[in-house]
Amino acid sequence: MRIIVPIKQVPETGSVKMDETTGTMIREGVEAIINPLDLYAIETALRLRQRLGGEVVVISMGPPAAMSALREAVAMGCDSAVLLSDKAFAGSDTWATSYTLSAGIRKLGAFDLVLCGERATDGDTGQVGPGIAAFLDLPVATYVGQIEDADPSQIRVRRLVETGHEVLEVRLPAVITVVKEIGEARLPTLQGKRRARSIDVPVLKPEDLDVDAGKLGLEGSPTRVVKIFRPKVARECTRMSVKDEATLEAAVNALVAFLRKKELL
Amino acid sequence: MSGTGTHHQGVWILGEQAQGRVQRITYELLRRGRELADKRGTDLTALILGHNILQADLQETVERGADRVIAMEAPELEYFLVEPCAACVLKIIRECRPEVVLAGATSTGRTLMPYVAVKANAGLTADCTVLDIEKGAGNLLQTRPAIGGNILATIKTAVHRPQMATVRPHSTRPADRKPGRTGKILRLPAPKECLASRIRRVGFLPDESKRGIQDADIVVVAGRGIKKGDNVPVVQALATELGAALGATRDVVDRGWLSYPHQVGLSGKTITPKLYIGVGASGSIQHLAGMQTSDTIVAVNIDPDAHIFGVADFGIVGDLFEVVPALVEKIRKAMESR
Repeated sequence: MRIIVPIKQVPETGSVKMDETTGTMIREGVEAIINPLDLYAIETALRLRQRLGGEVVVISMGPPAAMSALREAVAMGCDSAVLLSDKAFAGSDTWATSYTLSAGIRKLGAFDLVLCGERATDGDTGQVGPGIAAFLDLPVATYVGQIEDADPSQIRVRRLVETGHEVLEVRLPAVITVVKEIGEARLPTLQGKRRARSIDVPVLKPEDLDVDAGKLGLEGSPTRVVKIFRPKVARECTRMSVKDEATLEAAVNALVAFLRKKELL
Repeated sequence: MSGTGTHHQGVWILGEQAQGRVQRITYELLRRGRELADKRGTDLTALILGHNILQADLQETVERGADRVIAMEAPELEYFLVEPCAACVLKIIRECRPEVVLAGATSTGRTLMPYVAVKANAGLTADCTVLDIEKGAGNLLQTRPAIGGNILATIKTAVHRPQMATVRPHSTRPADRKPGRTGKILRLPAPKECLASRIRRVGFLPDESKRGIQDADIVVVAGRGIKKGDNVPVVQALATELGAALGATRDVVDRGWLSYPHQVGLSGKTITPKLYIGVGASGSIQHLAGMQTSDTIVAVNIDPDAHIFGVADFGIVGDLFEVVPALVEKIRKAMESR
């Protein structure tokens, strides 16, 4: 089975700080990592390869620095990697990102499965997986929490929905997006790290892909961010500080009285 | 055809049904859609895909604000399958050319909408918390948490039509019902050529767990301030005393202290309980996006600058390991003395 895993390099969100005056993200000193939810997609792909044989190719669109995310995926056990990187790709929204990644995937030749993380932790949209499927005209199963069975012609999955799990049989080739419950991701191995350092990762640019330049990057993106802001504080907060036994007692009493007044107790 | 162009008009919502019954998210979308349609001076259409949808529910959809309800039906549409649903939606939006299409940010909407948006050459914004119409230009202004939920971004689609957005379930109340309100109800058989699917639904395993955080009147949320998983019982004790459901921030779930169904926030669930109590939750924007419409918000946090105090009605600045046990004790006494 030949599996393509699109991944994204993201800032470690726990450490993201905002510049309060400009409203922009402070990128200096923020560690860049593989989108944590993409690790589950990589893991799922590697497990499928273990069972069925074949090959796992990781692909990413991003700045040149995203190369390190691809090498880390190779260190985990992926066979090869491709980076789509060019100024023309910058500023892509989810439509343009799906367009560019699907063009990159087409360039990789025949495949059986595209395996994505559910969403990226920075953009948090979850739109690129289904978007890639639409551009490739493939079926897509989202929120997959378990793969029950797979053979070269179809895959049976459990899809997490609001009220339980759907069991779906999906004809291949197809796109699936996986959620955390699919299983813990492995760590890179020493041998993998050695291989990751030496492997050649091609960098593809618009001229290497079958794409319409007007559909790339910021220019090709239907949506545009027009304003970034911090939410306004809307509520009047009664606030009590606890410093010792007496203030603790006062704060707790005041809260209970507040809840009673609101008829919540 | 869709894509760029000028002759698009009307606000549409994509409703949802299950076993022929129209689902709550449909009525929430009607509240959003009605407001936008009125601001834009246009009509509101609800499109619902399914099979044998109850007539009374379609009537209720009109009474809750739709000027027109289109029920597109076929046995193949009984359950959500992305290919037939997308094909049906695409066909009808290419014919009717709505200006705005809204859907729920549910497992269905978050799969269907990006698939449709790509094929319709349309812009799509995920998980909007605020929707508005731009004065003058009339564009849809879509506001959502961005950059890992640390800030809010307003997004617009200047040229491409329709403008598409998904909206968090439970982020607004269902539209009020006005008995006697009239509108058109159309039942259309789904076009045969739209019904092919390479996915088959072969089974369903219902979630047997008891009522979730979205249905609870009171939710007590544990944040990173609890320091370790072993301290979950401290917060659980408060939840138990109040008969509340136990929620968690993303940090707490990411660390494995509580499981994903407990997660409140942008990447978890949106809740609107009567009472929210955040314990050791700092109030990142992605968390606030999931709880700030709660009726009453109480926060306990040791950091006086924690953002959660900005949305709280009542805040205690203090060590949760002192405050929460004292509060549990006090509530127990208060309940006994009633």
